[in-house]
This record gives sequence, C-alpha cells and structure tokens, in this order.
Amino acid sequence: MSNKMHIKMTVNGKEEEFLAEPRELLIYTLRERLNITGPHIGCDTSHCGACTVTLNGKSVKSCTMFVAQANGAEVTTIEGLGTPDDLNPLQAAFKEHHGLQCGFCTPGMITRASKLLEENPNPTEEEIRFGMAGNICRCTGYQNIVKSIQAAAAEMASAKEAAE
Amino acid sequence: MIPAAFEYYRPTDLAGALSILEEHGDDARVMAGGHSLIPMMKLRMADVPHLIDLQDVEGLGGIEVSGDSIRLGAMVTQSDIINHAALTEAAPILREAALQIADPQVRYMGTVGGNVANGDPGNDMPGLMQCLDASFTLVGPDGSREVDAREFYEAAYMTAREDEEILTAVTIPLPKGGYAYEKQKRKIGDYATAAAAVQLVKDGESCSAASIAMTNLSDTPVYCEAAGAALVGTTLDDAAIKAAVAAMLGGIDPSEDNRGPIAFKTHVAGVILRRAIERAWSRA
Repeated sequence: MSNKMHIKMTVNGKEEEFLAEPRELLIYTLRERLNITGPHIGCDTSHCGACTVTLNGKSVKSCTMFVAQANGAEVTTIEGLGTPDDLNPLQAAFKEHHGLQCGFCTPGMITRASKLLEENPNPTEEEIRFGMAGNICRCTGYQNIVKSIQAAAAEMASAKEAAE
Repeated sequence: MIPAAFEYYRPTDLAGALSILEEHGDDARVMAGGHSLIPMMKLRMADVPHLIDLQDVEGLGGIEVSGDSIRLGAMVTQSDIINHAALTEAAPILREAALQIADPQVRYMGTVGGNVANGDPGNDMPGLMQCLDASFTLVGPDGSREVDAREFYEAAYMTAREDEEILTAVTIPLPKGGYAYEKQKRKIGDYATAAAAVQLVKDGESCSAASIAMTNLSDTPVYCEAAGAALVGTTLDDAAIKAAVAAMLGGIDPSEDNRGPIAFKTHVAGVILRRAIERAWSRA
C-alpha cells in the first residue's frame, strides 16, 4: 500500500479535492469517487474507448491514466457536455439519427466526437471513421454513429453561421 | 485491470528523475504516455514499485527541424508528430507511420520516446528509426551518450538502455527522396503482421540510395542493409525488387502467433515490402 496523495482536479467545471492512492485509475476516480458514471469500462487492454474523456484538451482513455497523472488536470465527461433538457448538438444528433442502442459506448463516443469536431469541424465520412477508431461499438455497426456526427457537424456549422 | 500499488513521483527536471532511478534501481521505472506501461501494470505483468512520471520534466518536449536534422524530444506525442507541418514537410514518413499507430486517444498520450524505448518488437517507430538511421540520446548518472537506432535493439524488451538511463531525444538526419511506411494489420490499433519502412533516393532513372527496415518480424526491428543495397544502382525493375525482397527475407525471423504462422508472415513481409518500395519510388 502506498501513501495517499492529495489530488485536485477540475471535472466538468467543478473543483474536486480528495486523497487517493496514486494507482487509482482515472475512470474509477470519476465513477466511484465522484459518482460521474457516464464514462464506462468495456475492456482492460485500452482498446474500447468507452472510458473516453477530455483531459486538458485531449481525448484520453481514462482507464489508461492514473489519478496521480491527472492531478491538476481539467476533465470533461459526457455529463459536462449537455443536460437532458439542453442537449449538446452531438447528443441531439445521436438521438435523432439512432447513433446508439444499448448506450454503453455512447458517452465515450460523444466525448471523443466532440473533440474530433473541435479539431476538424467539417470531416469527411472517412475522417470520421478514422477519427473515431479508438471507440468500439457492439450495437450500431457504426453507420448511424457516422450519420449522427455528420448531422452534428452540419448543425454546429449552421449555428455558427447564424451567430456571425 | 487493477495495478499493484506504487510510489509516484513527478519530478520537474532530469536530474530529479535520474536521482530517483538511481536510488531505487530495478524497482523504479519512468513513464511517458503510459500507454504500454499502464496496460502491463494492469495485467500485473510489470511490477513498478516506484513510478516516475516524466510529464513535467523540462527539456523532453519539442520538435526541432533544422537544415540537416530533426530532433524530437522523447515526450513528443504521436499526435504532435501528425500535426506538425514543418516536420511533415521535412520527413513525411513520420506522419505516415504515426497515423498507423494505435488510435486517436492513444496518439494523444503515447510518445515517440516511449515507443522507441519500450523494446516491444510490435512497436512501429523502432523500425522506422532504423530506416532513417536515427540516434537516441540516453542520459544517465555519468552524462549523456548517443546510440544508433540500428544498434539499440538486442531482443524483445531488451535494449542498449541501462536501467539508470533515460531516453531523452531522438535525432534523425534529414531524410531524402521518396518514402513509405506500409503496414499490414488485422484492424485499427493492432501491431503489424508485417510492416516496412522504406526511404529511396532517385537519381535520373536509377536508385542512388535505399534504406529498408521491417517491423514485428523478429524479436527486434530488422534493418535490412542488404535489401537496400539490392536496389541501389538499379532502375527498380522487377528483378531488383525481387532481389531486395529475397535479401529482406534472409534477415527476418518471424514467430507464429494469432497474426498467423511463419509461412504467412514471410509471405506478407514480401508483399508489404514490395508495396512500400513501389510507393516510395513513385514519390522519389
């Protein structure tokens, strides 16, 4: 057993402070300590991406990061992207275009897609598929996820145009 | 999934990191992006009582492109490589290879230093660095030394790096001519069944220089000097490519696993090398 560390991080805009063993994986910090249970665990080999969150501007698999590494970081999860009453454009598009079935990959998918569209607001289908390749889905066959992301990109572009 | 407990350190300079390494010897390991080490710790295949996180260590980042060489700090991530315009201009093979490594999330975290120092023959950067004749800077308690990528790999997970040394940078002579990194894999994120790094220089109609290295076809990357030599002075006709492939096949030593039996890997290695040579030539 190692010494606990004093950890501070900002999660979905809220400052969190706690003591944790360095080995605690960030996904467990989120789910069990902070009760942010949108990000999921689908594997133990860093493949599935169900645990994807945005950390200091990067899409990361929170199962492959120790809480100690994330000390001082700013983290956004699916819970920070929208609310049931005020969906983020990606959340609305996944709903509209049937981009989910069981919903287990969805928080990671949408969190990753939000970063993808930030970096590439107008991606081709190929760029979407490649840019989402770190996220596995067992239900959808991906087709409707691609459509959802395309629709969200179009929605975000027209919202931006309207604002200008 | 659950790693064993460890003491965690986040030094801010190299001297601090080195002193922790020296104090704990075999019981300490440095961690860069963590995307090979943490998975091994979660499977309890790596036992690391003292973990040194390099993320805050000064001087390990940065991409520098000069007139004759490229310097990549060890903590440069795969995504840094992909998004660096001047680097892509100077050595496009790096971006081409990095885009075939892992997936977006892993590329935000995984570093070039971790990729080359890991020692897993499945990693793509080691063969690429041998192709490009890169050298690695290792810093230890007695100072720093340079080791050629072509001399660095001894066996699976065994490299020329001493336990108390940290790999701090990768230096690459500015590559010339056409390039290709061709990788056969089962799916996104998989290590190669076979991969080839090729850099070729065209002079008139003939090939004046060629460098070839292969990935995941032995317990180390394989620099194929004879395969490159088989192309030099030719117009890269079919006979020359066949000779290069034959020379390459003499240098690899694949083993059977879920990616296929030895005969299959040997076949794929030949196909991949031919494709890489043809693509590099078309760009030369």
